[in-house]
Amino acid sequence: MAVSMTPAATERVRTFLTNRGKGIGLRLGVKTTGCSGLAYVLEFVDQLNDDDELFTIDDVNIIIDGKSLVHLDGIELDFIKEGLNEGFKFTNPNAKGECGCGESFNV
Amino acid sequence: MALLQIAEPGLSTVPHQHRLAAGIDLGTTNSLVASVKSGLAETLTDDEGKDILPSIVSYQENTIAVGNAAKAHSISDPQNTIVSVKRLIGRSLQDIESKYPALPYEFCGDENHPSLMTRQGEINPVQVSAEILSTLVERAKLSLGGDLEGVVITVPAYFDDAQRQSTKDAAKLAGVNVLRLLNEPTAAAVAYGLDSKQEGVIAVYDLGGGTFDISILRLSKGVFEVLATGGDSALGGDDFDIALVNHILAQANIARPLSASMERQVLQQACFAKEQLSNADKVSISLTLEDDSNFAGEISRATFDGLIKGLVAKTLRSCRRSIKDAGVSVDEICEVVMVGGSTRVPLVRSEVSNFFKRQALTSIDPDKVVAIGAAIQADVLAGNKPDNEMLLLDVIPLSLGLETMGGLVEKVISRNTTIPVAKAQEFTTFKDGQTAMAIHVLQGERELVEDCRSLARFELRGIPPMTAGAAHIRVTFKVDADGLLSVTAMEKSTGIESSIEVKPSFGLEEDDIITMLKDSMSNAKEDMAARMLKEQQVEAARVHEGVTAALAQDGARLLTSDELSAINIALENLLTTSQTSQITDIEKAIEQVDKITATFAERRMDSSIRTALAGHSVDEV
Repeated sequence: MAVSMTPAATERVRTFLTNRGKGIGLRLGVKTTGCSGLAYVLEFVDQLNDDDELFTIDDVNIIIDGKSLVHLDGIELDFIKEGLNEGFKFTNPNAKGECGCGESFNV
Repeated sequence: MALLQIAEPGLSTVPHQHRLAAGIDLGTTNSLVASVKSGLAETLTDDEGKDILPSIVSYQENTIAVGNAAKAHSISDPQNTIVSVKRLIGRSLQDIESKYPALPYEFCGDENHPSLMTRQGEINPVQVSAEILSTLVERAKLSLGGDLEGVVITVPAYFDDAQRQSTKDAAKLAGVNVLRLLNEPTAAAVAYGLDSKQEGVIAVYDLGGGTFDISILRLSKGVFEVLATGGDSALGGDDFDIALVNHILAQANIARPLSASMERQVLQQACFAKEQLSNADKVSISLTLEDDSNFAGEISRATFDGLIKGLVAKTLRSCRRSIKDAGVSVDEICEVVMVGGSTRVPLVRSEVSNFFKRQALTSIDPDKVVAIGAAIQADVLAGNKPDNEMLLLDVIPLSLGLETMGGLVEKVISRNTTIPVAKAQEFTTFKDGQTAMAIHVLQGERELVEDCRSLARFELRGIPPMTAGAAHIRVTFKVDADGLLSVTAMEKSTGIESSIEVKPSFGLEEDDIITMLKDSMSNAKEDMAARMLKEQQVEAARVHEGVTAALAQDGARLLTSDELSAINIALENLLTTSQTSQITDIEKAIEQVDKITATFAERRMDSSIRTALAGHSVDEV
């Protein structure tokens, strides 16, 4: 199992967590919805669930539930700027297809 | 591809359905838009990286320029370039002309809905504001990567219904949904997270370029109540510049009048010096004089402080007055929030902190703090926060009511009631057979109609003819979350109703509101006396009306001519006395009529019972 973050993403996650003032880390996940079957979840975490696995990258906690993990092995999280818009972007080696928006995918 | 933001636990949205929302600070001089991304509220920048949009709209041959692009035209083409439209929105022509006599615009349209003549035709202030709003909304869409669920727009605490409604209309015209209008001082307090604290009194000190506002708020149970507002609509950072300009001119020995280029040069140096002196102890300035020689000078922080001390003291006097109006003491104020670029000046910070006896909050950029608070509120309203997050409520700044007989005001919703709210009160007819009722909606704290502000008038028609006092008319006042009022009147037996959305035609000056509030306190005694007099006069008119009607019906039949003339004399006396302002005399005159007509009333009663019973046997009764 391997999950990675670019330095830009790590720095932003750290900033957002500090600004929020609470929370133990960042949850990456997938849920079955969206135009291509699965959609990414990106949430703050206040408490761990039983099936959660915890990864630590540069002192930032990444939390992924067991079910999501199979879809997210090898994923890389980046923080990029496109024009005026900026935000997180997943690069997922498991995804076989993405919808045009990139918010949902299938494996 | 859309980029993702971090959501609160369990609040991830499904793809393509992000609840995007923004907060807009629609300012007099400058406007900003902000949004919460991954839990962090930030102002959004344009493609040049600037977040401040000057509130200027210029109507050119085929295009409409907004912001910096319009700024250049404000000097070369003032008639087609609208600056500070916020001063015009929701106001009558008379208001505008008396307050700002030197505006370069050509006004047209009617008295209550003035518009401006530009080369693109008639443009009203709502349209101008809409241009600014749509520029900011467009920026937010690009920046957030999708359509907006809605926006929160901030307005001054003293904005009345007309100004709020016009601001909402501008948003509608710009094609954006308004989640809420939020008071500017409230937004600033939200930005500092003061809404999550338990209770307390908060002062918001807002010193902008051209205006100064002080607001005293009380936070209790998630409700921000505006206790008092005050300030000076002609005092701000620009006055600091003017003081510096005069100082520089004196130092350089330059006499007025100045050439336009000299004026610009000196002003530029003054602005530069002011900004530098926020961090430096002294600053060098240099001027190229008319004869091409150079002037070099130096201004120290102490000199600058000396120049503006009087101006700062003036703001503190306003603070003192507002605290007094709010009925609190300085010690009760638990936080002081600084808003506006001019609060960067160190003397302002230290004097304000000294005055309130506590360190003023300055950690958020004072130019952005209002927009940031609006963005935080927009994020909550769009549903991006868990339910337990407190939703902020606002209050009605001035009581709402309607006119009753005798020019009195009956308050239906009192000042500082939290909104949204709906309240109903029952009224009745004054005359026999009255089939219509005029509803006059008023705003203000005083007892008499002439001292309050008229918001709207409408009529309820089709009331079935009944004796005076028999009809039940239910009047409902409803104020939505944005502070906008709708009034409905319904006659209960028939269910007929009539209503109005209050979209009043002219505005109140900020000073007027303050004056109205003050007057209501200082005139409380006189108002009460005036109210009692009016009530007695109304009562006198009612008695006169009733007796006259009865006389016309049964007078000749049931009274001797002596009795009849005695009653007529008493009625005549009642009529003349009720014109005077002697409350006790009117009371006596009413009593006298009551007494003298007692026998008449008995006989009428007997007669009507006899009529009712005529032809019936006792068993039937």
